[in-house]
Amino acid sequence: MTSPSVSAEPTRARRPLWGWAFHDGWIVALRDLRKLPRVPEIWFFALIQPVIFVLLFAFVFGGAIPVEGGSYREFLMAGIFAQTIGFNSANTTVGLADDLTKGILDRFRSLPMSSSAVVLGRTTSDIVRGLITLIVLIFTGLAVGWRIHNGLPKAVLAVALLLFFGFALSWIAAWIGLYMPNTEVANTAGLIWLFPLTFLSNSFVPLDTYPAWLQTIAEWNPLSSVVLAMRQLFGNPVGPPVGGFPQTQPFAYSLLACVVILLVFVPLAVRKYRRSSAR
Amino acid sequence: MSTAISARGLVKRYGAVTALDGLDLDVPEGTVLGLLGPNGAGKTTAVRIFATLLTADAGEVRVADIDVRREPNKVRRVIGLTGQYAGVDENLTGRENLEMVGGLYHLERQWVRHRASELLERFALVEAANRPLKTYSGGMRRRLDLAASLVAKPAILFLDEPTTGLDPRSRLDLWAVIEDLVAEGTTVLLTTQYLDEADRLADDIVVIDQGRAIAQGSSDELKDRVGGDRVEVVARSMDQLADIEKALASIARGSAVIDPDQRTVVVPVTGGTGTLLEALRVLDSAGLHLDDIALRRPTLDDVFLSLTGHAAQASQEGS
Repeated sequence: MTSPSVSAEPTRARRPLWGWAFHDGWIVALRDLRKLPRVPEIWFFALIQPVIFVLLFAFVFGGAIPVEGGSYREFLMAGIFAQTIGFNSANTTVGLADDLTKGILDRFRSLPMSSSAVVLGRTTSDIVRGLITLIVLIFTGLAVGWRIHNGLPKAVLAVALLLFFGFALSWIAAWIGLYMPNTEVANTAGLIWLFPLTFLSNSFVPLDTYPAWLQTIAEWNPLSSVVLAMRQLFGNPVGPPVGGFPQTQPFAYSLLACVVILLVFVPLAVRKYRRSSAR
Repeated sequence: MSTAISARGLVKRYGAVTALDGLDLDVPEGTVLGLLGPNGAGKTTAVRIFATLLTADAGEVRVADIDVRREPNKVRRVIGLTGQYAGVDENLTGRENLEMVGGLYHLERQWVRHRASELLERFALVEAANRPLKTYSGGMRRRLDLAASLVAKPAILFLDEPTTGLDPRSRLDLWAVIEDLVAEGTTVLLTTQYLDEADRLADDIVVIDQGRAIAQGSSDELKDRVGGDRVEVVARSMDQLADIEKALASIARGSAVIDPDQRTVVVPVTGGTGTLLEALRVLDSAGLHLDDIALRRPTLDDVFLSLTGHAAQASQEGS
């Protein structure tokens, strides 16, 4: 029996076209987020690895790497945060590659939904995952002696900048994921570009320790400026100052890099999604 | 009666492989068309083009009188698709899957919630509604998959091999559900490898081979074309196969098929069980010994054999 308030014929909701992109993206993101509490193994591995990194770097390298104006642990944490958020974007690569091998993508493609929604949903759910991982890391950091010195608002801004950067990286990851033939390949390819991105930076060592040519690369690596901006916002030691625009204006350069990445990879990923067909 | 689905000269190539080679078909509104053919015949490719998942290299397709190539999103609002691979999320519950699909059809939330309950009840999934799909059996998953394609009450439904891989009981259940939908006026295009499935569900059958329609008609018409029923004889010894064929020639309505490996002789016949007695009589009077004899309905293999001259084997994978 149907209740009198619901009509027998489907009733369509109305909203502007761009509104549907967000509406549909959120529905797809919810699909991924609902899975998280149901597959606890995901959490175990997503959390245990960064925590191990914190402990390893803090206690193994902590004494070996001197940092001007503070302890290495204080210096380290922003780097670990950025590395974790970077690697978090590999979820998008694997998730999309997995969808491509399954019938669910046929379902999505047969629905009158926004064509950017499947990718947008993945990159959105990635930020949520990233945020949760980050909260655990922040407490781990506090436990090993890392502190926020410039007050909570600036710390929140630092986290927001990092999540925005992570969102931009997820679109690169999405674009890669849509080229993957299967999840096995995606598991490797999804990570491979993240190693140079996260290590060729100021995440773990100050930039002045690099040889000159490598230093230039690390300096212009947007992840370095995100890390520097965070260190400044947290009031952590930043290491000796080096060179050009990315390191003198880290916040502005970080934002610029995110916007450029999004402008390039959002259209690339959406176009690739439209063309990809599950089988 | 207007046409719900029409295709003219549909061509689709994958590199050197031609999946569809000028397929024509029409499905009148409110009827069921069975697209019958072996693996690789092009069935799935055709459905994927109708359901806007693929674009044809040539030809014209109209679904609900909308050009599929030009306005795919308009087509998507009026169709439902159940593919060969479950189009549902393993980690979501049955209800969540249905509500997700409803949301993506851009239907009002309240309405979707209600519709989901209605479908769960109809497909006997109320008890499993709040369990993740991982815990579902194959039959339950197929039912939910079908329910998902029905959320927006589509006027046109595409079912790509809906019962392949199901146990006989689940198969019968799913048939009953599809029959209900048809009774309500839904137009259905279904692909199948099984003649009995097409026989039970379809008003009209198009037999497709190597990307082309090779025969069309009701199941009775097709069976008449392939010569009605079959008498299948299993000989006691190999060397009697030829004699059996000769003895059965008097009742055969076409040429016999001999399979030495199985020691079988199969001949097309007309006239029902009486023919079986007749066959026994002629074989007995010729003094031939049998292990088994049976009268059976023509299978897809028989249809293929008589229409194409070759067996219904998977020609080319990857449709």
